[in-house]
Amino acid sequence: MNTMNPTVTSEADMPEETIVPVQEERPAETVIEEGKTVGHPFSDDPKFKLRNVEVFYGQDRAIKNISLDIGRNEVIAFIGPSGCGKSTFLRCLNRMNDSIDICRVKGQLAIDDHDIYDPKRDVVELRARVGMVFQKPNPFPKSIYDNVAYGPRIHGLANRKSDLDEIVENSLRKAGLWDEAKDRLDAIATGMSGGQQQRLCIARAIAVSPEVILMDEPCSALDPIATAKVEELIAEMSESYTIVIVTHSMQQAARVSHRTAYFHLGHLVEVNETNKVFTSPEHELTESYITGRFG
Amino acid sequence: MQTANLLPLVLVLAVVAYGLAYMRSRAVAAPLGGIRNLKALPFYYAARAALWCAIPALLVLAAWAGFEGKVIQGIVIASLPQDVWPESPGQASLILSQISNVAAGKLNPEFVPEHIAGAASVLEAMENKSGNFKAALVLLVAVSGAAFAWTRVSPHINARVNVETTLRRIFFVCAALAVLTTAGIVFSVIIETVRFFGRVPISDFLFSTSWSPQTALRADQVGSEGAFGVIPLFTGTLLISAIALLVAVPVGLLSAIYLSEYASKRVRSTAKPVLEMLAGIPTVVYGFFAALTVAPFIRDLAEAVGLEASSQSALAAGLVMGIMIVPFVSSLSDDVINAVPQSMRDGSLALGATQSETMKKVIFPAALPGIIGGILLAASRAIGETMIVVMAAGLAANLTANPLESVTTVTVQVATLLVGDQEFDSAKTLSAFALGMLLFLVTLLLNVIALKIVRKYREQYD
Repeated sequence: MNTMNPTVTSEADMPEETIVPVQEERPAETVIEEGKTVGHPFSDDPKFKLRNVEVFYGQDRAIKNISLDIGRNEVIAFIGPSGCGKSTFLRCLNRMNDSIDICRVKGQLAIDDHDIYDPKRDVVELRARVGMVFQKPNPFPKSIYDNVAYGPRIHGLANRKSDLDEIVENSLRKAGLWDEAKDRLDAIATGMSGGQQQRLCIARAIAVSPEVILMDEPCSALDPIATAKVEELIAEMSESYTIVIVTHSMQQAARVSHRTAYFHLGHLVEVNETNKVFTSPEHELTESYITGRFG
Repeated sequence: MQTANLLPLVLVLAVVAYGLAYMRSRAVAAPLGGIRNLKALPFYYAARAALWCAIPALLVLAAWAGFEGKVIQGIVIASLPQDVWPESPGQASLILSQISNVAAGKLNPEFVPEHIAGAASVLEAMENKSGNFKAALVLLVAVSGAAFAWTRVSPHINARVNVETTLRRIFFVCAALAVLTTAGIVFSVIIETVRFFGRVPISDFLFSTSWSPQTALRADQVGSEGAFGVIPLFTGTLLISAIALLVAVPVGLLSAIYLSEYASKRVRSTAKPVLEMLAGIPTVVYGFFAALTVAPFIRDLAEAVGLEASSQSALAAGLVMGIMIVPFVSSLSDDVINAVPQSMRDGSLALGATQSETMKKVIFPAALPGIIGGILLAASRAIGETMIVVMAAGLAANLTANPLESVTTVTVQVATLLVGDQEFDSAKTLSAFALGMLLFLVTLLLNVIALKIVRKYREQYD
């Protein structure tokens, strides 16, 4: 959380001339009004309808009254300084927070108007519809084939071996990995390069034919070339999937997303067309962040 | 002076040397402008003085104590009149023990032959002399060591390097001691095993199916030929270990899965230590539990369903042993399951797998090598277990696969062969060493396999 407070305290013992000028330029007081989001947080054709969402870790309120729509087949990027709650919010969308004991989610979260947090809801079905790709590539220590076939197998998507082969091939093709992997489908996936592993994880997520793909900083562990490939992939996938991507790279957000949401200390400060966010942000905090004053 | 008094005295001297050198180093440093002008901190000069004082003195003490007895014995024996010189080592030790009993006042000198009484006074005189010499020499070495270190307290000499080097050597010696002890044990077992195979052919030992290690004390005794076939013992060991593993592996593994994947933090933090406590119960307690509770219960149960059961059975011993080794399986499995990265679980759950599917298809295969390592460690523990089997499975070397009969194991036989008064050169006693050797090889093999698997597992991630 390298936002403002730590630097303020250290200013006192610093000689006058070493103070970074940027610190002084920052607006003295920026009040974030809770639950108030500037820009266009809502959508005409929402895939996700999220209202008054709050997330608690024990006593800590990590997400403070956020309302947002995520449109069908939209690519939306979540940006913001570390610890601002982007990943936490993302993980609410497929209930990956369930496995954290102390985590509680409040508010109305719906996918296609069905409550995500309905106690009677089948989480398995939800996660089959809402796939996820993680920050660090996490292929299973199995063969490339078995990694992709994992989801289809547990969901019974293929009746015959040939069906499964087809799903695996299609998924690898969509993930742009087929040409590299077709001759070594039996090789252990953990032996691939980081970029290949991440694309394999994307293929694995695609294989269960989800409607939504959540991506939690999918490129932060990759080199620029692998990043470019994944970004290309995201652009291609946006035709058939709703994609929510958390990223620390503003260039990435600018390149791949339609809308961008700026999070700050658990608040959703601004949501706007990506172009607008990066050219003329409405909120001063957004402006400070994208111009690199903090974050 | 006695060694027992000398040892604390040397340590006191070392403490004194420490204090003196400490003060001296500060005194040396003061005119130079503080301890920062010394090559090392005062502590190092002081520690070096203490080491110089204690280590040579202790080495002298150890050497003296090691050779003192032999030398004095030689002199005492030589002091005996020629006509009563012992002819064999056995006789010599007999005479010597008599002499030392007289010298210690346990035996009245009037009851022994005159030459023994004479030798006793020689012994006493020698021991006194030796004690005094020893004390003088040790103290001299200690004081001169400390004095030497004192003269070397100088701002130009880096005591820190000396102390570090010495400490490193001390650590090395400690590590070497453990290794040498192991090597020594193995070596002595090998020697005795070779002696045993001089009497009983190795093929009989390995392939004969009857075990009856009674050798004759007299030539005309019935059954004078012992039978040393190890097969019934090994089948007994295998039978009991197999039963134990049949209990321990499912129970241990499933409880590990529950604890690591399903249990809440609170349950886990109490249940895990309690489970591990099972490993801390003395095996003899398990033994009487097996013998007094489980074995009769099994016999009654078997009789109720019309089976014949011995009151000591492999099943009773195996079941209880299984409970005993549950923590080995569960604790190690729990560790390796926890070592599987959370990202694997997330990856699987995010694809819509249930918790049990994730367990079965991702975590378990990833943790499998480690789990097998844990099971093999538990198995070698089961194979080496003695007490429970003695108490609950009996001593009869039956060649059987029926768990309701009484069987015996390798370790139990080793224990019974060496209990009580034994000749140390009969085939019966020596066979214990051969059994021990065989057991050692088997468990060693298991441990090597376990370590190999665990090492392979370590390379799997990242």
